[in-house]
This record gives sequence, C-alpha cells and structure tokens, in this order.
Amino acid sequence: MSIHHAAHHAARSPVPSLAPPLVDARGLTVRLGGRTILDRVDLEVRPGEIVTLIGPNGAGKTTLVRAVLGLVRASSGAVERRRGLRIGYMPQRLTVDATLPLTVRRFLSLWRPVTDARIGAALEEAGVSHLSGSPVQSVSGGEMQRVLLARALLSDPDLLVLDEPDQAVDVHGQAELFGRIETLRRTRGCGVLLVSHDLHTVMARTDRVLCLNGHVCCQGAPEDVRRHPEYRALFGGHADALAVYVHHHDHAHATDGAVVPGHDGDCCHG
Amino acid sequence: MDDFVLRALAAGCGLALVAGPLGSFVVWRRMAYFGDTLAHSALLGVALGFLLGVNPLVGVVGVCVALALALVGLQRRRALASDTVLGILSHSSLSLGLVAIAFLETLRVDLVAYLFGDILSVTPADLAWIYGGGAAALGGLLLLWRRLLAVTVDEDLARVEGMPVEALRLAFMLLIALVIAAAMKIVGILLITSLLIIPAAAARRFSRTPEAMAALASVFGIAAVLGGLFSSLSWDLPGGPSIVVAAAALFLASVLVPAGNR
Repeated sequence: MSIHHAAHHAARSPVPSLAPPLVDARGLTVRLGGRTILDRVDLEVRPGEIVTLIGPNGAGKTTLVRAVLGLVRASSGAVERRRGLRIGYMPQRLTVDATLPLTVRRFLSLWRPVTDARIGAALEEAGVSHLSGSPVQSVSGGEMQRVLLARALLSDPDLLVLDEPDQAVDVHGQAELFGRIETLRRTRGCGVLLVSHDLHTVMARTDRVLCLNGHVCCQGAPEDVRRHPEYRALFGGHADALAVYVHHHDHAHATDGAVVPGHDGDCCHG
Repeated sequence: MDDFVLRALAAGCGLALVAGPLGSFVVWRRMAYFGDTLAHSALLGVALGFLLGVNPLVGVVGVCVALALALVGLQRRRALASDTVLGILSHSSLSLGLVAIAFLETLRVDLVAYLFGDILSVTPADLAWIYGGGAAALGGLLLLWRRLLAVTVDEDLARVEGMPVEALRLAFMLLIALVIAAAMKIVGILLITSLLIIPAAAARRFSRTPEAMAALASVFGIAAVLGGLFSSLSWDLPGGPSIVVAAAALFLASVLVPAGNR
C-alpha cells in the first residue's frame, strides 16, 4: 500500500481502514472446467471502503465476486467473511419470467419478511419510488438496476456487492448511480465491492482499485493504478484518456442530463 | 346423483384445487416438460408397486422422486441440453413402464385407464389418497411459498440470502410427484401436465399477484372438471380427455377476452 493511497483513503473514507475487513480473500484460486480463472488472488474490503475490480473480459471479475458471495467454491485459498456479515448483492441483470405476475414492491418482499414501510424507504433511497406498483417486467434496464439496488439495501448490508452496475445505464445514469452508491457508503458506513467496465467513472469514485487479469495485476489508489505499467498494457490508449476524463465526474448528472454539483465540491465541468 | 358421479366430482375438484397453485409454479419455473417426464414415469411406478406388493401410488411417488433426483444429477453435468435429457428420460421411462407391465403376466392392468384416466371409477379409497396427498402437497406449498417464489425469480440471489436452494428445488419436485400420483386416476399419466399448466396459463392474463393467479388457476381447473364431467356423462365421452378439452376451451376463451383489465 503506497503512502499516496493511505493519504487518499483517509481523506475520502468516513471509517478508518484499521477496522477488521468485511471480507478477506487470501490466495484465492478458482479452477472451472480445467481452466484456472483466478490465480492466488488476495482481496479485502473494509467497512466504509469502496473497492473496484477492473480488468478485461474473461479476467475473472465476476468469478471473484461469486467467490466472495459464496456462489463459487475455492479450489485453494479461502474467502473469510466477518461473522454475521450481511451482504447486499446487486447482480448484473435479472429477468423475471413474464408469466409471473409480480409488482416491484412484491419483488422486493420475496427475500425476507419485510414491512411495506421499509420497502418504501429502500425504493426512495435507490431513487425509484414511482415504480413501486409497476410490474417488475415493465421497468427499463436502468430502472431495474436501481430496483436491484433497493433490494440489496433491504438486507441492511454491511457489504454491498455490485456487479457491473454501469452496464444497463447510460453515461448520465451511471454518474447518478455512482453518486448514490457513494452517498450510501457515507450514510450507512458499509463497504462496497464493485465490478466495472467504465474506467473513468470508477476512477473518480473509488478508494482502491484492483486490476484483475486472472491474477491481481496491480492495486492501490486509482492514481497509482493508472500509472502502473501492467494496467497501461491492459488498457492501452484508454489509460491516457482517463487522465482527462477523471475530472469530469466530480459532478453528477440527473436523469435528464442536467449537471448536478457533486459531493466533492471541486467540480470542474469542462 | 349416483355415488360414482359424486366421487368423480369430489376427486376432480380436489385435484384441480391443488393443481392451480402447483401448476402456476410449473408455468413460472418453465417446468412443463419436466412435469410431463415425471408423469410418464408413473406407469413404471405402478408396475413396481404391484411387483413389490405395495400400493401402486407409493410406487408412483417413489419412481417420480428417483427420477427427479436423477434429473438433478444429469442436469448438473451439463453435458446435454436439459430438454434432451428430459426427452430421453420421459420416453424411456414410459416405455419401460409399458414393457414391465407386459412382463407381469399375472397382472391384468387396464392400460387405457392409467394412460388417460378413469374418473368415473374412483373408489372411496382413491378419494382418500387424492385428498390426503393433495392436502400434503398444498400444505407443503403454502409453507414454502415465499421462498419458492424467491428461488423461482433468481437462484443466485436466493442463495446469497441464505436460502437452501437445492432443498427447495427437491421439495418442489416432491410436491409435483405427490400431485401426479393423486391425478393419475383422474386424467391419466399422459394428460396430467395439462391439468397443471392449462388453467394456470389461462389465469395469467387476469392476475396481478402470484396468489391471485394461483387461486384463479384453481377456479379455472374446477370449472374444467365440472364442464368435462358434464359432457362426459351427457354424451358418453371419456372423462379425462373431456376435462382437458374443457380446460383448453377455457384457455382459448381467456385469450380471446379483449385486453383492458390488465
């Protein structure tokens, strides 16, 4: 961990990183069908920390997330979860069969006994209160992402796990969604583990980046990772574009595209 | 009304009541072909029941559960597509049942009754089995309702929330096996799936909640039983197929009702 990272981290995280990790993967190796997907990966997420996994297609990002969730067994190494850890998982996508009549509100009630008031609050927090009575099949991809975020919040999570939350959402929606995630981290103090393709949005919002390509290529504060030779080799020209883009996302966009001042207060729109 | 007609009515309505909610799940989980496969294996269960000297219905439940377990195992390997595996098991188990019955020379079985049902010959003992098995299936379904819905929507999410997904899936298969055993006498093993899925499919358009769809499917199922029995008695038609034709007519009507109350 570099000095740069430590300073950066202290400046953004509400909780000191000295707290014990929520999840701690050590030497995690996963082989599926004779192929090594993950090779001795170390990963930890602490309370109040946003950790982002990036890497090319087939790098094992989703497999690592599934191992953290307990959906994939480690071939060697281990994933330790803090005792009684509550995980709120937001999958990449979810399609409910059209034959199942289910409103958004009802969809949210399936996972645990929960009051209507709590469902309302979670929908509010995710910014989709207006969808409460809609059939869950009728909401758009971006709206569904927010519904899935609301679902993840209902478990009152210590750790939010978000698999490519930017996938079904356009650029403006992404900035707003990441703004929401950052707010949640601050208000609830939960740790966040997210997978992303969208490098520039991620870079601006994250405490620590883990660049994955089967093994961990490099990790640290976003600025450090961006300078790392292995990262530059993986992302080539995009890596340079980032230096320009990173500042653009200190503000947020509302769904209509209007610019909303960011939380950092150092927005330099341009 | 004659006793046998009353028993037929009671048996058919009892079955339709259970088939509504369970059939809704079969539709939601896209398991129609799976239900067919289990039903086709029932004949083998009948043969085994006679062979072992136990009640054929016990044999049916046993074979259905064994087949369900075999299916879960085969599907986990993913070497073959699910529908291929189902097709192999469905037809080979049906044929195996037919062959086994042919081998049991001492046994004179009314094959047509097993294949297409014989609702007008339902005995008080059959009725007890239907209501016992049906009540067990319905009770189990009510107990697992929310968790089964969650597993139906997404198995990974259910697993992350700590639900025992494999156990729930097996429990659901057991419930289907129970209903198949109960339904065999009424519509026959070749037509059982239709009683599960047709009323549920007809109910979909008029339902806004899973519970409404399940209840309406029961109502449609009962209507099909009443209509089928009535035409069977009036025009001397086979009972099981008449019930299925009535259900299909209901489904057709539900499709033709103009949209607007969705």
